[in-house]
Amino acid sequence: MSKAAELAALIGSQTAQSNRNMMINGAMQVSQRSTSVASITSTGYRTLDRFNLLVESLGTWTMSQDTDVPTGYGFAKSLKIDCTTADASPAVADRMFLRQTLEGVDVQRMKKGTSNAELVTLSFWVKATKTGTHIVNLYDNDNARVIAQAYTVSSSNTWEHKSLTFAGDTTGAFDNDNAGSLQIVWGLGCGTNHSSGTLQTTWASASNANRFVGQVNTADSTDNNWAITGVQFEVGEVATPFEHRTFADDLAACQRYYQKSYSPGVFPGATSGSGIGASIMYRAYGTGQLRFSGQFKQSFRDVPTVTAYSPYSGNSAHCSENSSTTDKNIGGAQASTELFYAPMTEDCVDGRTYEIAFEAESEL
Amino acid sequence: MLDNILNVTSAKYYAINENNVSITAVIDGITRFVPIAPGNKDYVEIMRQVDAGELTIQDAD
Repeated sequence: MSKAAELAALIGSQTAQSNRNMMINGAMQVSQRSTSVASITSTGYRTLDRFNLLVESLGTWTMSQDTDVPTGYGFAKSLKIDCTTADASPAVADRMFLRQTLEGVDVQRMKKGTSNAELVTLSFWVKATKTGTHIVNLYDNDNARVIAQAYTVSSSNTWEHKSLTFAGDTTGAFDNDNAGSLQIVWGLGCGTNHSSGTLQTTWASASNANRFVGQVNTADSTDNNWAITGVQFEVGEVATPFEHRTFADDLAACQRYYQKSYSPGVFPGATSGSGIGASIMYRAYGTGQLRFSGQFKQSFRDVPTVTAYSPYSGNSAHCSENSSTTDKNIGGAQASTELFYAPMTEDCVDGRTYEIAFEAESEL
Repeated sequence: MLDNILNVTSAKYYAINENNVSITAVIDGITRFVPIAPGNKDYVEIMRQVDAGELTIQDAD
């Protein structure tokens, strides 16, 4: 697309000039939990922030933040999944998806459930070993409605740019709250429970059989990889150039859902020691039970689950004593969206230091 | 569709002044402190397992 055409498209799309990308971490810059996790056979947030890998009885995977990117577009990182144990014959209920869930407050611009419902466009770079048909769903959690689009991977193991425009939905408004309203779901493989019908290419009440019809099975060989970056989801019928954000902006956006006290590159539960992983250190003057407290870096979406670790032993629900692997128990925690505290359940020793590191999560 | 299957092997309420404020849960072998908050996905999943008879939350000390 020429620069003039890009400008005309941008004006014509009537989208915002900035902050138009509703996805978070679309350039795959932020990976607070880990940069690579192997042997994945279940669902969870493992590496790249905000991207949840759903795996239900369909292969074994390594998920990583990778440096393989399409050249010339300003990307430095991608999300990569690598099949390490294949499953060429999925059972009916088996499935594997990659997804990001957006809060209701962040998708109001779609005007869903009104007569002014907007077209939206999802664009991304993908590099897949498996050529052929792949499916993306938009899933409305508030009203259990769905729309699907297919895209084709033409060349194996080659970066390709995809742009999918979805119709607006005049039925079913999103709740204007901090709960998960919209999921963007990339199919990677599934059994017939999710593929035996007719692909649902207009908004309708969700029927699983119609959601991923034609999806190739990325799990059918250990030769298979699938990678993605440059994900943008915006109002309008044109994929505008990717809106690059600073690392600090992406990190802050991700920290609404996940935070850790550890330094970048040091992952929760690491035996990182003082000064790297220890976020909170107290010195006991007298005995009794200390109560650790900490302020979060960003306000959380909702009250998070908190995990306290000894920074020396790496044990959860423990603090360290005197910068050593000697642990003391942490009995529980109370949190708000802004701060938490976690008390010891054992007496401390006068003059010794006590430390905890932590992670906190309020994902969707 | 907000699937969040957790491998919870134990759960116990944590109370302050005899009011339950969180659940100490062992999830995938890691002890985590789950708030009693309907907007927290871990709490929602734990309560789903309780309702399904798959999990019992012990009373606080």
